[in-house]
Amino acid sequence: MKEFIEGSRAVAEVVKLCKPGVISAYPITPQTHIVEELAQMVANGELKSEFINVESEHSAASAVLGASAAGVRAYTATSSQGLLLMAEVVFNIAGMRLPLVMTCANRAISAPINIWNDQQDSVSLRDTGWIQLFAEDVQEAADLHLIAYKIAEDKSMMVPVMVCMDGFILTHGIENVDIPTQEQADKFLPAYKPLYKLDVANPITMGPLAGPDYYTEARYALHKTLEDAIHLIPKVTADFAKVFGRTYNGLVEGYHIKDAERVIVAMGSVCGTIKDVIDELRAKGKKIGLLKITSYRPFPAQAIYDALKDVPKIAVIDRALSLGSYAPLASEIKAVFFGKKKKPDVISSFIVGLGGRDITKDSIKEVVRLLTAKEVTGEFIDLKPELLKENYS
Amino acid sequence: MNSIFNSGHTACAGCGQSLAARLVLEAAGPSTIIVNNTGCLEVFSTAYPQTAWGVSFVHSLFENCAAVASGVEGALKYLGTKDKINVIAQGGDGGTADIGLQALSGMLERGHDILYVCYDNEAYMNTGVQRSGLTPFETNTTTSPIGSCSIGNLRPKKPMPEIAMAHGIPYVATASAGFVQDLQRKVKKALAIKGPKYIQVHVPCPLGWRHESNKTIDVGKLAVETGLYPLIEYENGQLTGHKTITPKPVEEYLKVQGRFKHLMNNPEAIKAIQAVADNNIKKYGLKVEAQSAA
Amino acid sequence: MFGPLISKPGTSRDNKTGSWRVEARPKFLHKNCIACRLCLLVCPEGCITGGEKNTYDCDLAYCKGCGDCAAICPKKDIEMVKEEGKE
Repeated sequence: MKEFIEGSRAVAEVVKLCKPGVISAYPITPQTHIVEELAQMVANGELKSEFINVESEHSAASAVLGASAAGVRAYTATSSQGLLLMAEVVFNIAGMRLPLVMTCANRAISAPINIWNDQQDSVSLRDTGWIQLFAEDVQEAADLHLIAYKIAEDKSMMVPVMVCMDGFILTHGIENVDIPTQEQADKFLPAYKPLYKLDVANPITMGPLAGPDYYTEARYALHKTLEDAIHLIPKVTADFAKVFGRTYNGLVEGYHIKDAERVIVAMGSVCGTIKDVIDELRAKGKKIGLLKITSYRPFPAQAIYDALKDVPKIAVIDRALSLGSYAPLASEIKAVFFGKKKKPDVISSFIVGLGGRDITKDSIKEVVRLLTAKEVTGEFIDLKPELLKENYS
Repeated sequence: MNSIFNSGHTACAGCGQSLAARLVLEAAGPSTIIVNNTGCLEVFSTAYPQTAWGVSFVHSLFENCAAVASGVEGALKYLGTKDKINVIAQGGDGGTADIGLQALSGMLERGHDILYVCYDNEAYMNTGVQRSGLTPFETNTTTSPIGSCSIGNLRPKKPMPEIAMAHGIPYVATASAGFVQDLQRKVKKALAIKGPKYIQVHVPCPLGWRHESNKTIDVGKLAVETGLYPLIEYENGQLTGHKTITPKPVEEYLKVQGRFKHLMNNPEAIKAIQAVADNNIKKYGLKVEAQSAA
Repeated sequence: MFGPLISKPGTSRDNKTGSWRVEARPKFLHKNCIACRLCLLVCPEGCITGGEKNTYDCDLAYCKGCGDCAAICPKKDIEMVKEEGKE
């Protein structure tokens, strides 16, 4: 059923359809509306769930870890500082192979403190072993939660999934969203059947100490599973299309790539703006395309290679930094092509929209303008040099 | 042969914590889920692929057992099985009073039906006897070492039982590995109460306290009998139980432990510790009355 | 799928900690035992079993020789004797 609703509400409605038995979260802008909506649903009896109002994000992640370990589907959401505070638990959850789903409402990281959107938070946790899926719009953000549980709980996976949606832009943006019915959701996502759980009848010890003789294989297995996820994700999105009628690739999506001379690579809501610019420029005869990355982890190297190997010029947009080194997404895109016979002539790296600085169509056009035969690395778009004056005396 | 807490764990010979953990679990019974912080107990009982635990057990991190247990309890409530299953969250003194205080406070405040057991060996033992918030006054630890300008830890024990009690929970108790039946009685009593419960168990550590391995029970008893570790029970904010003692001088307790050796020729220092004991005796009315009040 | 590290109950019993003993082991004399069960209660390994008087023994496969049982026995019916066959 189509509703004109706020992104956070759409996510909450879909999470409700997933029937998590335990929800535990700590408030942080811009995630708050999601958990407030869920709390209201529980309060109204629309959602049967234990809603645990914890005293920090570290405890929120710990509580859903405990719930999942006890064999119950669980959910949490956070942003920025909250994601960092729960970072050790996030690693822990992946290592313990618990199929949790978390929404990360992407927000910039302090310092300086900034509550607006960029992708530094989830990008900073790309090494944790979680699958990370980035949404372009509210519909996708909502849909990805159903897809996330389906992937996570697959018996060949048992890997947690982080659904990343740009803070404010998608959480507080109001769009026309098709909210599925409970019947559709149940058809696509059956009840969670744990592969292992804390139990009285069949006791197990979870989270043991693993010395040098045992640690490596556990990590190798998680790594291999994430590689296997690359094959599973498109299967799950294909199942999704059968039930809900909306098609996602799940790994990458090309927009006007086939004959493109220049392609922009990006993740998240900026893709919508880029598509508008591409439409404008295509109408003027410019051969521009977009490769949207949905799955940042696992990194779909083959799909990226296949999509871009014949494209002469690539612009990678990063909305996060790896301070002191190459931009995160750009460096991985470059790594795809290193040593390959077929590769773009130019892969330029651009930093856009940090701390909620608006990415306008002009910003994208500037990226296109700077995408020439001369490769640029870590070029900041919309930088204001006049603000770079020191004033400590 | 044993099945609820099995031999073969790698605790030190004479470890008070391994003794207490087994007694707690035996009192709780097989319908129990244990949520444990990182620490001696978790490390010596779950080195993969071996586990000493005959019940379901989960270990996550150092400071979050109370939060993980909150999630386990929530899950069991959702499944409708909480009434039949004990959830026990366990941590050491450091994992409870220092790094784990936030998670514990949240769990107590939210009123979860969980028993929290703090195994108090009075230092970060697993990492090498470093000072914690429950390290007693004038104790020699590796991060509050004695030296030419130091007599050891200069701060009193953080009053964890009172902190737990201040959350308005139905049951708080202290116990000791030196009083095994009392410990089991308290665990059984706590598990029969719905809501958050806190039991702090004093567990002598032969390695960290530097006493003979066969003195575990004696040292535990002396801590209680000097008044330094009062055995008390609070129910719904009221002090309802306390073990009365005929107080022994604290020196009897201090002299059998290497961690207090530096105090032996320091009567002023011992007097300061005696004052702590005297204060406890007065505060909780620990002294056996001269005439029996039967 | 090789997933998380999970261990099953009873597996610690593969680790025979009795090999730790170097100095002494407990000898249950079975003379004056009153079946107070204190030895069984205070063993940190939980390796003492028994029921009626004079039936208490420890499992030497696990006993670490700490001596807590001998220390607590009210009838002095447990003696710590020299560990045999060790240097």
